[in-house]
Amino acid sequence: MWRDARLVAGKDLRVELRSRVATNQVVPFAVLVLILFAFALDPDRGALARAAAGLFWVTVLFSAVLAIQRSFAIEADDAARDSLRMSGLDGAGIFLGKAAAVALELLVLEAVLAVGVVVLYNVSLHDGALLLLVCLLATVGIAASGIVYGVVAAGLRVSDTLLPLLVLPVLTPVLLAATRASEAALATVPGDAWPWVRLLAVFATIYTVFGVVAFGPLLEEA
Amino acid sequence: MTTTSRATRILGVATVISLAVTAWLALVASPADVNQGDAVRLLYLHAPTAWLAMYVSFGVTTLASVLYLWPRTRSRFWDLVAGASAEVGVLFIGLTLAVGSIWGRTTWGVWWTWDARLTSTAVLFVLYLGYLAVRRVPADPLVRSRRAAIVALAAFVDVPIVHLAVEWWRTLHQPATIFDERRLLDPRIHGTMLWTLLLSVVAFTLLYAWLLVHRVRLARLEELVEDHELADALAERRAEGGAVAADPSDNLTHAASGR
Amino acid sequence: MLGHDLRSDRRAVRRRVGLLGHASGLYDDLTVEDNLRFAARAAGHPVAAAGEAMVRLGLDGRLRQVRVGRLSAGQRRRTAVAAVVARQPEVWLLDEPHAGLDAAGRDLLDSIVAEAAAGGATVILASHELERATGLATRRLLVVGGRVIDGVLTPGPDPERPRADVVA
Repeated sequence: MWRDARLVAGKDLRVELRSRVATNQVVPFAVLVLILFAFALDPDRGALARAAAGLFWVTVLFSAVLAIQRSFAIEADDAARDSLRMSGLDGAGIFLGKAAAVALELLVLEAVLAVGVVVLYNVSLHDGALLLLVCLLATVGIAASGIVYGVVAAGLRVSDTLLPLLVLPVLTPVLLAATRASEAALATVPGDAWPWVRLLAVFATIYTVFGVVAFGPLLEEA
Repeated sequence: MTTTSRATRILGVATVISLAVTAWLALVASPADVNQGDAVRLLYLHAPTAWLAMYVSFGVTTLASVLYLWPRTRSRFWDLVAGASAEVGVLFIGLTLAVGSIWGRTTWGVWWTWDARLTSTAVLFVLYLGYLAVRRVPADPLVRSRRAAIVALAAFVDVPIVHLAVEWWRTLHQPATIFDERRLLDPRIHGTMLWTLLLSVVAFTLLYAWLLVHRVRLARLEELVEDHELADALAERRAEGGAVAADPSDNLTHAASGR
Repeated sequence: MLGHDLRSDRRAVRRRVGLLGHASGLYDDLTVEDNLRFAARAAGHPVAAAGEAMVRLGLDGRLRQVRVGRLSAGQRRRTAVAAVVARQPEVWLLDEPHAGLDAAGRDLLDSIVAEAAAGGATVILASHELERATGLATRRLLVVGGRVIDGVLTPGPDPERPRADVVA
């Protein structure tokens, strides 16, 4: 399973390397959203700085939807999905591989966005290690649940509109937890981040397990 | 063909009667609340629909989905039950949110508030709308049912997490609010109000059951129609093959890979 | 099939089967080499198997580093065949394999099929090209309208041993 996961993750990342869709499209989209928020909320009255953590995570969520769609769009190339199924690779391995690839892409995205937020919204960092931990846990959760729903929507004609509807409600706790924990890390709002961090860890674990179990059977049929 | 039967007729009558009695009790016989006046009567509509939606219907959907996925108990029936229950559930949640909103407006002056229970309910609503969307997707029915069942499970797993997160969110951060919903649903309601409440729960449960049975049967009928259409198409294809087989030197049709 | 129960151990069976369908099953954004390496490793073989497949199909020159999306239809088809070769399967399932190949390509495919059969693999080939297919095959089935109307699928002596047959 782990070998298969590494193979699939490598393949997905190599596709990204060669096609550069995430770097050329998803990252700019994310930065664009940050800018749009600045237009929507008046920067002069400190609203942006206070809302920064939340806006960051909302942007991450929207970008994640795109990243997940891309992960499955790759497999739509000329029946690559059929080929993947017939290859004899372990379903759980494929899940872990895809989730890992998406998670990595999201982490890179978050790094860029973090810089963007600090620069554009004028916030300062208080606890970097905490922020890093939050990002890691939240990203794993997002990637895991995202790939589960991604395969549910994969291959359907309506997959582009279905995926956000499925995955975003499920991610509301992640948004809540990540935002509150990030706020503590950015010292915009004092508070105890640890319950939230634990929640993120639980979410990530649950959906990773769910994916490992359910992905294989789901991939089977289409 | 109809989805009615003796059982549903009895169920239907029971439902109507209990709803009627509930309505009378709720609107006429029970006393108005000391604080809220007549608006409290909405409680009798709001509370049972909330309870039914969240625990009963989605619980049934989840259970039915598990049974559908589990090889030993797999059967179309469970898939249909899961879908029907979710539909009724979404209906009830919509009703809950709407009535709750009206109640909120009359008692507290706002249409909506981001308190824990309302927020969780709203998320639940959208989660199951997503599930219903999957059920309606244009795709092979078996694929669709299987995926829907998994979505139901994935949603169910999320529900406690959502509740927890939203609960923490509102208690750790929100300063004390003017209105305290808990006070209104105080179990120390007594007398006629308590009985009315209990009866309304019973009445709505009957309504749920009645709707569920009809919806499942309707779904069954829909499937029968599809099956007939498929059988007709297959018969046509076979007839084609038979006619050609009589003269093999002419058209050689290459058998497609069974799709 | 192949010593494994098809229902409980599908993965193991799939590892040893190579499928060539109408679509290529290749990733357009990856190069020929990337695709073949992935195919080989997915079947549990070392990367060298990909190299051999490339040489066999004449893809190891300039075309190696070209993205599959940029290849011509014939080259793409050859890459798809190479992907099957790289998997070194024991059972080959080929659906209209000659389609999309030029004459030289078809001859190459025929020799690959013959080699595979000689090496102990079972090749099942579905084709409209009656002459070519019949030339390769040790057994022939005629299928019309979903029914086998000619030819015989004899039950073999030992269903667990891979049979060196070409069934067309």
